[in-house]
Amino acid sequence: MSAVTDAAPIAAPSSALGQSVHDSLVVAKRNLIRMSRIPEMVIFGLIQPIMFVVLFTYVFGGSMQIGGSTSATDYKNFLMAGIFAQTVTFATASSGAGIADDMHKGLIDRFRSLPMARGAVLTGRTLADLVQTALTLLVLAIVALLVGWRVGSDGSTNAGKVLGAFGLLLLLGYAFTWIGALIGLTVRTPEAATSGGLIWLFPVTFISNAFVDTSHMTPWLRHIAEWNPFSATVQACRVLFANPGQSPSDAWPMVHPVWASLIYSLLIILIFRTLAVRKYRSATA
Amino acid sequence: MPGAIYAEGLVKTFGDVKALDGVDLDVPEGTVLGLLGPNGAGKTTAVRCLTTLLRPDSGKLLVAGLDVLKQPNEVRRSIGLSGQFAAVDEYLTGRENLQMVGQLYQMKAKAAKVRADELLDQFNLADAADRTAKTYSGGMRRRLDLAAALVVSPPVMFMDEPTTGLDPRNRQMLWEVIKQLVAGGTTLLLTTQYLEEADHLAHDIAVVDHGRVIARGTSDQLKARTGGERVEVVVHERDHIPIASALLDKYSLRGFGKGDTAVEEHTRKITTPVSGGAKLLAEIIRELDTQGIEIDDIGLRRPTLDDVFLSLTGHLAEEKDEENGTGATPDTKDRKHKKEAAK
Repeated sequence: MSAVTDAAPIAAPSSALGQSVHDSLVVAKRNLIRMSRIPEMVIFGLIQPIMFVVLFTYVFGGSMQIGGSTSATDYKNFLMAGIFAQTVTFATASSGAGIADDMHKGLIDRFRSLPMARGAVLTGRTLADLVQTALTLLVLAIVALLVGWRVGSDGSTNAGKVLGAFGLLLLLGYAFTWIGALIGLTVRTPEAATSGGLIWLFPVTFISNAFVDTSHMTPWLRHIAEWNPFSATVQACRVLFANPGQSPSDAWPMVHPVWASLIYSLLIILIFRTLAVRKYRSATA
Repeated sequence: MPGAIYAEGLVKTFGDVKALDGVDLDVPEGTVLGLLGPNGAGKTTAVRCLTTLLRPDSGKLLVAGLDVLKQPNEVRRSIGLSGQFAAVDEYLTGRENLQMVGQLYQMKAKAAKVRADELLDQFNLADAADRTAKTYSGGMRRRLDLAAALVVSPPVMFMDEPTTGLDPRNRQMLWEVIKQLVAGGTTLLLTTQYLEEADHLAHDIAVVDHGRVIARGTSDQLKARTGGERVEVVVHERDHIPIASALLDKYSLRGFGKGDTAVEEHTRKITTPVSGGAKLLAEIIRELDTQGIEIDDIGLRRPTLDDVFLSLTGHLAEEKDEENGTGATPDTKDRKHKKEAAK
């Protein structure tokens, strides 16, 4: 049978980095094909943040105070950075569920028996999630503009700064998918990965400056909120978008939010990528 | 010189349970070893250790002459693994699945596509090549999984219960594929709960129970160990059982199991270990006739691997109910898997 006779011995890859990039892209492509064949997942992923924009804008908008102003427009402009940031972190659940599903179905075993780069299965997944996050952000930004959100409502900004803010959001989302990857490898079932990936995100995204002004919080809670990595990105976005409600706090991440956001995200990637890849190497279905 | 698959003193513990308790294996190049044992015997754990998926506590492991613990990536380039359940991406088409695996073996995209098409033809999946694997039947998925393991035509193959949950037709089909593969020179380690399968495909058989190899040899050697042939008689009248069994007992050969004549009342079946073959059978028939005992059936039976297993372990290799079902859903398999790990 030719399956045996036309054996071509496979050469060792020429460079480790080259192989790593190649393998990650192959896996990313696979995950993107998958996503395109399960469009309902992408659509549900879009509906939820859109609902948040609409609910927060119209339900809370009238009764929230931002920097002493009770204007609904101010709250709208304040709110969007928070919603954007919360939305990108929700990608954690989908990356965790995807990896847990691969474990459950034996695909991780298949991948681990192949001569692949070690982190490629996880990197491929997180890259595919990044593409989905970018798509979600795009749709969300359009909806936000439709309900009246405007950049530069509280000062001046420019296209570079606005794009920079979206860059920070994507980086935050990418960092959080690595946390999802670790959760997915740990819990083993997609259902547990979805809930396990979401539950802790509520305190993380709510004990923050995303939806309310932190200066009204009790001091200990305010400290947590201001040092929360998530808050740094929200603050950075408000600064770059020139939107109202920036925390007047003198906590370092609030004073240097762009740097803080970058450092936090890179640190999360470094830590959770290391843990997840180590976990992957000994993963058992 | 060690064979293409070699294990010495393989030990793996999960918690305080020894899944593998000092397993030795040696599979010469180009041959098939059947690892035979019930659920939880440690078969899957052994395969996972040999295929770099699981790190053993101790033991020396060589695959294709490479040290599994020291050169895992080199080993991965020389092996194909077809698992206990079909590990294909159900949202990808058959072609996409195979192409992805090819690319992950570092083939160029184009070469991987050509190879995928070849395999789809060989495995009779060409018509379904552009359908997602979700739409495949159990047998088709299993073939796709096997094709994925053969993308680079590895010299050493591991198949973990390749036909569990398949219907007889699909099982037969897979057996043919495996035979062709081996005829081409591939070294294969195959785990199975089906004694018939090991009998059919494997040159050598290692019987595993509770993490140990309790017997090894060719199928004939194992059968010989269990004892020779037996005469089975089904009498027509229940009342005739005592006379008939007394008669058969005369020919009984001490040494099979307990060496006694066995009687199954409800099927009116009497079994006795004998030696003497067809000549003896004729003699027994004459004697039964003389005594006026009417028989429904009589035959000379050589021991099956089932008998081997029973006599070696004191329990049957499989519970028929569990195996004949469609046990191919991920859930039941997963449970099986966990059971094995827990054992």
